[in-house]
Amino acid sequence: MKFLSEYRDQKAADQLAQAIRKKATRPWTIMEVCGGQTHTIVKSGLEDLLPHDITLVHGPGCPVCVTPLELIDKAVAIAHRPEVIFCSFGDMLRVPGSTKSLFDAKAEGADVRIVYSPLDALKLARTNSERQVVFFAVGFETTAPANAMAAWQADHDHIENFSLLVSHVLVPPAMEALLSSDNCVVQGFLAAGHVCTIMGYEEYFPIADKHKVPIVVTGFEPLDILDGILMTVRQLEEGRHEVENQYARATRREGNRPAQERIIEVFEVVNRQWRGLGEIPASGFQLRGRFQKYDANRRYPFSGEPARESPECISGLILQGIKKPHQCPAFAVKCTPENPLGAPMVSSEGACAAYYHYGRRQANDRIQPELSGFPSR
Amino acid sequence: MCLAVPGRLVEIMDRGDAAFRAGKVDFGGIRKEINLAYVPEAEIGKYVLVHVGFAISVIDEDEAQRVFKYLEELGGFQEELGEIPQ
Repeated sequence: MKFLSEYRDQKAADQLAQAIRKKATRPWTIMEVCGGQTHTIVKSGLEDLLPHDITLVHGPGCPVCVTPLELIDKAVAIAHRPEVIFCSFGDMLRVPGSTKSLFDAKAEGADVRIVYSPLDALKLARTNSERQVVFFAVGFETTAPANAMAAWQADHDHIENFSLLVSHVLVPPAMEALLSSDNCVVQGFLAAGHVCTIMGYEEYFPIADKHKVPIVVTGFEPLDILDGILMTVRQLEEGRHEVENQYARATRREGNRPAQERIIEVFEVVNRQWRGLGEIPASGFQLRGRFQKYDANRRYPFSGEPARESPECISGLILQGIKKPHQCPAFAVKCTPENPLGAPMVSSEGACAAYYHYGRRQANDRIQPELSGFPSR
Repeated sequence: MCLAVPGRLVEIMDRGDAAFRAGKVDFGGIRKEINLAYVPEAEIGKYVLVHVGFAISVIDEDEAQRVFKYLEELGGFQEELGEIPQ
């Protein structure tokens, strides 16, 4: 497919990897923020194309992974209500809550449905006026315009039997929190391309400046990621810490203004709990003003037990890039995609699941770089 | 989760309010109806980047060639130096 398959060319990847090898004279640690990038890196074996001195650490950019356990419990409780059709993107279904997942709830008879778009959930509300349709609005900035539009259209068309269980998180506050931590190992960032397609990248300038880290807005295909790494390494070697845009074919400095306007109209910024990282100030969205009538949190008060994470799961350290998945004693032993102890093992974009699926079970496992057969996702 | 896929815009349907503007996008032979509210500048024949049913950007076709132009220059430079690119 155009604008996709050409960025998976093996020869071009080898050339970029060679350029990185020539440029890198010292060890550098670079974090890719987005789970989609982690998936590409692990699946296509990019780490094994890079010089050993370049370490990639996998950031917290998987919304499924950072959705708090309590919210999954709440989703399961709402889904069990007889009047409710509970809609979600597919990757949230298998995430275990304290006792069960949405998939378990579905097996027990709850009406849980996978949708491609929040507008599909809204359509279900239009055609099932006797039922209550609840959409699990999970995501980063990339997904916020779509979820904002679902609330806006519901309000515009006076659709009452629709609500959103919102768990929206924001990338720059999480990057700021990681960089402010005493344990921070990250020297440069590949910023999440599609988040910046929406929000632009002006908000990264103060972060790059304050923490003296290069931030390169990067795409999701193998060549994008290698190109982003090359741009980051070039900055690190030259002692620069600027914001650069590798993904200019889809991302502009100011972002997508109409999308930003709709987000601001529908959502307000709030503090959010991040699974594995804790509460981060001003790091999420919730519905504002007249759109709060679509807030499933208000419509369905929940009084569940406080959720407790598995004490064996080190997902907080994984999400900060301090530990690699195979450094966790439970990894691939007690914790597998079939029986995940923590969220990074559940989503295909989680670092643990990616390591598990693509054969990186131990520190010295290598993946044969394979880009040409890299299928469309 | 933030996956977005490029496809070619083949049809635009006017639905009154700009928030409902939609179009048909072709993804390598598969056509889907996509909301176009956030890409008012999108024209038929252009490639748009689609995420959960919404076009979020029009692909800049010149910028899309940047990395390949860089690699061409790199290849030419390496040949001049007598190095064969791997």
